[in-house]
Amino acid sequence: MAEVLVIVDHVDGAVRKTTTELLTIARRLGEPAAVFFGAGVDAATETLGNYGATKIYVVDDAEIGQYLVAPKVDALVTIAQQASPAAILVTSTSEGKEIAARAAVRLDSGLITDAVDVDASGVATQSVFAASYVISSKVTHGTPIITVKPNAAAPEAAPTTPAVEKVAVSYGATSTTAQIVEVAPRAKSGRPELTEAAIVVSGGRGVGGPEGFSVVEALADSLNAAVGASRAATDAGWYPHAFQVGQTGKTVSPQLYMANGISGAIQHRAGMQTSKTIVAVNKDAEAPIFELADFGVVGDLFQIVPQLTEEVGKRKG
Amino acid sequence: MKIVVLVKHVPDAAGDRSFSGDTTTDRAAVDGRLSELDEYAVEQALQVVEKAGDGEITFLTMGPEAASEALRKALSMGGDAGVHVVDDALHGSDAIATSLVLAAAVRRLEPDVVICGMASTDGTMSVVPAMIAERLGLTGLTLASSLAIEGNTVTIRRDSDEASTTITGSLPALVSVTDQTGEARYPSFKGIMAAKKKPVETLTLADLGIDPSQVGLGAAWSAVDNIAKRPPRQAGTIVTDEGDGGVKLADFLAAGKFI
Ligand SMILES: Cc1cc2nc3c(=O)[nH]c(=O)nc-3n(C[C@H](O)[C@H](O)[C@H](O)COP(=O)(O)OP(=O)(O)OC[C@H]3O[C@@H](n4cnc5c(N)ncnc54)[C@H](O)[C@@H]3O)c2cc1C
Ligand SMILES: Cc1cc2nc3c(=O)[nH]c(=O)nc-3n(C[C@H](O)[C@H](O)[C@H](O)COP(=O)(O)OP(=O)(O)OC[C@H]3O[C@@H](n4cnc5c(N)ncnc54)[C@H](O)[C@@H]3O)c2cc1C
Repeated sequence: MAEVLVIVDHVDGAVRKTTTELLTIARRLGEPAAVFFGAGVDAATETLGNYGATKIYVVDDAEIGQYLVAPKVDALVTIAQQASPAAILVTSTSEGKEIAARAAVRLDSGLITDAVDVDASGVATQSVFAASYVISSKVTHGTPIITVKPNAAAPEAAPTTPAVEKVAVSYGATSTTAQIVEVAPRAKSGRPELTEAAIVVSGGRGVGGPEGFSVVEALADSLNAAVGASRAATDAGWYPHAFQVGQTGKTVSPQLYMANGISGAIQHRAGMQTSKTIVAVNKDAEAPIFELADFGVVGDLFQIVPQLTEEVGKRKG
Repeated sequence: MKIVVLVKHVPDAAGDRSFSGDTTTDRAAVDGRLSELDEYAVEQALQVVEKAGDGEITFLTMGPEAASEALRKALSMGGDAGVHVVDDALHGSDAIATSLVLAAAVRRLEPDVVICGMASTDGTMSVVPAMIAERLGLTGLTLASSLAIEGNTVTIRRDSDEASTTITGSLPALVSVTDQTGEARYPSFKGIMAAKKKPVETLTLADLGIDPSQVGLGAAWSAVDNIAKRPPRQAGTIVTDEGDGGVKLADFLAAGKFI
């Protein structure tokens, strides 16, 4: 069976849930082989093996951390030329899409981005035009390269012991031109990852200011949820841009999405429309968000949201 | 300094976008416009030239006849000239072919810097800039939330969930900019009038030395096999708060086992 390369998304060897989803999808297409960039593979081996990676290709050269994206493309292309994989799966992050884009050019291969599912015949499902259409498509030339969104599959364990193989890569002159000179890590919120959370509680302009977000955060914490925000709220500086949901922020597809003081503009909907259940609180009964809501309350969020938080606390006991 | 800004003409996201029978975007159904996210690229180019005190900006688009509107809009914001790659054979091109054509047009213009948007608002792939940097061997400085050019050095800030990263490289470079770079200016009346007199060159595939068999729907390396409109969400229950809105919401969440 041909290998299916999966690029591992990790932080110092802590494997992201999205990678276990990709390994699960990869098993439909062939034999999953993980591609691990940077340090920390020892910490990652167990998880990768647990989700079926029979092999782990490791590239831990200094170039990987010193330059933007392109060295990872050199590495991926080296591995792909050696393994002749049936497909290459990459998480749909900005970096993942860029690796995929450059690799597609170098490997003369078709590319599909932002798949929400991939079946055993390699047909990918995409959700397009702000999630108003669902299209299925297939790569017809070269090695199919597909970037896959979070939550595209439920991770299923298939334990195996991976062979770990260090790969020697020679880096091209044009791959070492965008030099990383400073990395300032961001503070962690301690809440679930926005794109992975089962519940997302968001606030918009209706929250009224940075202080208003404490009401949203309190509700999120009572439900063990991630906090999201509309662009109106992030643009105003009330909440960090990393938490923006929508076309130019994150796409989320949780079990439950709660929009508080958000009108429901098309660009916001693009990022949350595929949530399983949608709940909205808005003082304007005409707000378009109510067209999407499974349950909506017309009223002042400063009354409704704290009452809900208290009620959640009571019922949890 | 010579700057080329890549601008795409897209169906307005506020309209009811759809597909034609051949699986390509229906560009007649909804009014077209300059992709809003490319306005940030235009703005950054104008600021680079304003800061440097000189420089020449050319806007480049690939698309059918109507795509010239995107060039006019950009030119009404500022800049010097437009280049429009238009050829019937391009209809239905995938990202690979689009980047092949745009790279050929960029090569012809020999810029010091290419500035792109972060993603188009129709395809939203966010891959064309990386593909062009790859094809032309340009220093790729993508998804900048801020941009500065000093002499021969370009510095950007790139923000991710984990970190804010500073990246530098030498010209010639390709930079793509996000909507975090700052609001784009509105065209002034004077700008709109001036744009009408700025030169726009039209190029065909033959002018770029590209064989038509390399582009278009037939040459695409991925094929759409099904398109379905997502069924509208079922209408839900909307209640007006009468002092117990939070409790009612809690009931709904409990029924759905979220509590
Ligand atoms: C190219 C482009 C990309 C974009 N990308 C994104 C994106 O990624 N994400 C995004 O969100 N937007 C995006 N936008 C912006 C989008 O068009 C909207 O402007 C934005 O979503 C509005 O945010 P909002 O709903 O919070 O604010 P508003 O539209 O101002 O709505 C605020 C809502 O709060 C309600 N409200 C006010 N006070 C209260 C109260 N006390 N209690 C209850 N309700 C109250 C109001 O009735 C109103 O409905 C983008 C726009 C463009 C052009
Ligand atoms: C809904 C939909 C889904 C698609 N899915 C796929 C797919 O999976 N695989 C595939 O190969 N193709 C796909 N396509 C086709 C693809 O979108 C087009 O080939 C397009 O020309 C390039 O991709 P983009 O618009 O997503 O550009 P992006 O990569 O998002 O564009 C980024 C930037 O590149 C520049 N740019 C892009 N296109 C142009 C242009 N024509 N003229 C000038 N500057 C430009 C702009 O600065 C823009 O901001 C899809 C198209 C649609 C409408």
